[in-house]
Amino acid sequence: MATILEMRRITKEFPGVKALDDVSLKVEEGEIHALVGENGAGKSTLMKVLSGVYPHGSYTGDIVYDGAVQQFGSIRDSEDRGIIIIHQELALIPLLSVAENIFLGNERSRGGVIDWRETERRAADLLARVGLKENPKTPVADLGLGKQQLVEIAKALSKDVRLLILDEPTSSLNEQDSEQLLQLMMEFRKQGVTSILISHKLNEISRVADTITVIRDGAAVSRLDCRDGISEDDIIRDMVGRSLDDRYPPRVDHGTGVRAMEVANWTVHHPIDSDRTVVKDVSFHVNKGEVLGIAGLMGAGRTELAMSLFGRSYGANISGTARINGQVADLSNVRAAINAGLAYATEDRKTYGLVLDQTIRRNVPLANLKAVANGVVVNTKREAEVADTYRDRLNIKSSSIEQETINLSGGNQQKVVLSKWLFADPDILILDEPCRGIDVGAKFEIYTVIRELAAQGKAVIVISSEMPELLGITDRLYVMNEGRFVGEMPTSEATQEKIMARIIKAGESII
Amino acid sequence: MSEITETSAGAKAGQQAGASWRFLKNHLREYGILFALIAIMAFFQIATGGILLKPINLTNLVLQNSYIVIMAIGMLLVIVAGHIDLSVGSVLGFIGALAAVMIVNWGMPYLLAGALCLVAGALIGAAQGFWIAYFRIPSFIVTLAGMLVFKGLTLWLLAGQSVGPFPPQFQLISSGFVPDFLNMAGFNLFSFLIAFAVAAGLSWMAIRNRAAQARTGTPEEPFAFFIFKTLLIFGGITYLGFLMAGFRGLPNVFIVMALLIAVYSFVTNRTTTGRRLYAIGGNEKAAMLSGINSKRLTFLTFANMGMLAALAGLVFAARLNTATPKAGAAFELDVIAAVFIGGASMAGGVGTVVGAVIGAFIMGVMNNGMSILGIGIDYQQVIKGLVLLAAVIFDVMNKKKG
Ligand SMILES: Nc1ncnc2c1ncn2[C@@H]1O[C@H](COP(=O)(O)OP(=O)(O)OP(=O)(O)O)[C@@H](O)[C@H]1O
Ligand SMILES: [Mg+2]
Repeated sequence: MATILEMRRITKEFPGVKALDDVSLKVEEGEIHALVGENGAGKSTLMKVLSGVYPHGSYTGDIVYDGAVQQFGSIRDSEDRGIIIIHQELALIPLLSVAENIFLGNERSRGGVIDWRETERRAADLLARVGLKENPKTPVADLGLGKQQLVEIAKALSKDVRLLILDEPTSSLNEQDSEQLLQLMMEFRKQGVTSILISHKLNEISRVADTITVIRDGAAVSRLDCRDGISEDDIIRDMVGRSLDDRYPPRVDHGTGVRAMEVANWTVHHPIDSDRTVVKDVSFHVNKGEVLGIAGLMGAGRTELAMSLFGRSYGANISGTARINGQVADLSNVRAAINAGLAYATEDRKTYGLVLDQTIRRNVPLANLKAVANGVVVNTKREAEVADTYRDRLNIKSSSIEQETINLSGGNQQKVVLSKWLFADPDILILDEPCRGIDVGAKFEIYTVIRELAAQGKAVIVISSEMPELLGITDRLYVMNEGRFVGEMPTSEATQEKIMARIIKAGESII
Repeated sequence: MSEITETSAGAKAGQQAGASWRFLKNHLREYGILFALIAIMAFFQIATGGILLKPINLTNLVLQNSYIVIMAIGMLLVIVAGHIDLSVGSVLGFIGALAAVMIVNWGMPYLLAGALCLVAGALIGAAQGFWIAYFRIPSFIVTLAGMLVFKGLTLWLLAGQSVGPFPPQFQLISSGFVPDFLNMAGFNLFSFLIAFAVAAGLSWMAIRNRAAQARTGTPEEPFAFFIFKTLLIFGGITYLGFLMAGFRGLPNVFIVMALLIAVYSFVTNRTTTGRRLYAIGGNEKAAMLSGINSKRLTFLTFANMGMLAALAGLVFAARLNTATPKAGAAFELDVIAAVFIGGASMAGGVGTVVGAVIGAFIMGVMNNGMSILGIGIDYQQVIKGLVLLAAVIFDVMNKKKG
């Protein structure tokens, strides 16, 4: 096999941080090459260097692609050579149609006039190639994240891709969609397209990758050949520098049987289309000292349930009652909900979680400013101490607490969101996909924090699409499907199959 | 291969040597604006053959710009919150007219009238803020409407005539000077001492701040920069105070401005309200989900803007000593330009009070200097427009690089 890409001794510095320190990477033509490493190790940065997001001259070292040294000045340059990157955060325009998005900046036109017939025909072809059965005229906003991801790939294919870079493509996909994506990657491999895959889901990596490069603290530490039979533990050892004995902290039962929150007949309608019920007559409770899981497929209504409880941040015509410590709680706005002891850490850190232009120091205390102020005057020293404490505790990789959150790696941004809500010190903490984009080692630390909260008598509700995670850290589970709760079980009796069976059975009974 | 090693080794050495250079590059914006003001002042000082910094002209400069500075402070908050207020010029005119009608036509005591005018301004701001905050009508539209409405109401109130003059005590807001308690012939020592105290206070705060930073170990500017900047600010203010003391002393309105700058800097930098304001401007959804009442804060920001516009209206009317239907026309543009030159971002969440004030003075010095040079109003507009554009382009490029 020929070498398609060799990145030699790449060093990239940001003010105060050396994100890449003399990294070399070698990718063979036609393989699936995985890039793994802890949060902030430099994976996304390396790919941005490769694709010209950081242009030639802003880094040192050489990119040898297709047998020649390349000096990409922009993404356009790398795309012209067939290198297409799909970023960690999707970049589609929601109100444009699928076809328009696919050919954005690359329009099918005749003499400056868009040829819609051709555009739609070609779009339909590409959609067929990625296995997406949607009308090319559908607005992207109407598609779920999994499908949007496929549209991004169709867009890449429209540009005659030779090297496809996927930065955490499956982090917000459910298992089915992830599976479809991985199948597609293997299909591409057969067609001779080379791919670079960044992911924290090691099971996926060990399934599809041919070669793995492990990056740690901005340096490439090892290169593993999967034909030699690589186990997840081997990858982890190289990633974190030690072996990880357990993926989940031990579960000690702190359940008191005392109800922290009890929700009855909670019904939520869609905020715009108010005839549509998004959450239907849901009743549940969570006990003090308990970690409760809510399982379900993407789009089951879990986020909507949580956000509607949290100060009616979502939905219209909300009905039902919520009791906290036996009293009917005022959850009419976010402030009231926080005062009632509730907190909700969002799954969508960029839109709902962070003030991206601001530093870690400013973001962490945001939900609990009173605790860092004397009256209305902020005690900047205490503010800095708080930010530093959480930076250490969750191991947020950054130059200092003065780093703007927009410049943090995805996983580290997630940790800032978690810090904010831990500092708000709620009695009932709802975590929506808490470990999205978080590396294996850090996951363990976050699970440990969750168990500690439970040990202190707090109630934690975890919403997750990763069933092993729910099975690993919760005490009790509800299963949600199509806006309803369709099952409840102690985690000790739960299995993935049982959960899926509930979902499927519920799906049948609706039809 | 060896070639590559050499380049990276060379780059490393360069990077180490350029540590303080890098700091400057990262904080170019903050220093840049201050240096730009100094450079512009130096330029006009030379070009006008020393007229710019003559005590009488300097005093004039402060008086001429006071109302723009006052409104720029309010506008900074509005823009940080992610909005805009186009109505401030009209509100300034309207309040001036209201004051004239109450004081001159009705003979109302000027203190009472002044207080009522501030309340009226706050109510006007609140009325606009109400629609913006609670009904989510874009601020551009609401305040564009406000601009037309209050322009019309000013005409109506004054029946198309100029109304004046004001009683002498009222004029003192603008034309009065800090009295010299120390009775020194030809030099207002008391005024100088105030300026000196302000300069010393600012330096003391800067030193304390730096000490606090050193304790928490956060990254800091190189020592030489710190000394240079602090000395520059200390020297500059003392010198300007010295110059003005040699004329009639510090204008009353200078004291008003200094107080406003101090209070609003403190509010934006050090209070929970300030933190919340920047948060809603930076990401309103995230701020709301953190329990911040963004509607109320937006509403209050506009009410505050209205009150400051009213204060500016009083200052302006007192300075002209009449209220005219044309007062305040197009002032909103200078105010908004000052805030953007001062480094605020259209998207919200970014900007400082001090930056906005410096921005206002950059505009003011250019107006003043170009007038002294006899440059026509036509060219003046063109040049000011280009400076605004250049400042914002600089901002955007600077951000991209980072
Ligand atoms: N624009 C920037 N300015 C300053 N520092 C940056 C910038 N972009 C990235 N960094 C820093 O570079 C380091 C590497 O970041 P990168 O995004 O490459 O990590 P990653 O390996 O992709 O992590 P994750 O798994 O969390 O996505 C981090 O410490 C990050 O804070
Ligand atoms: Mg990344």
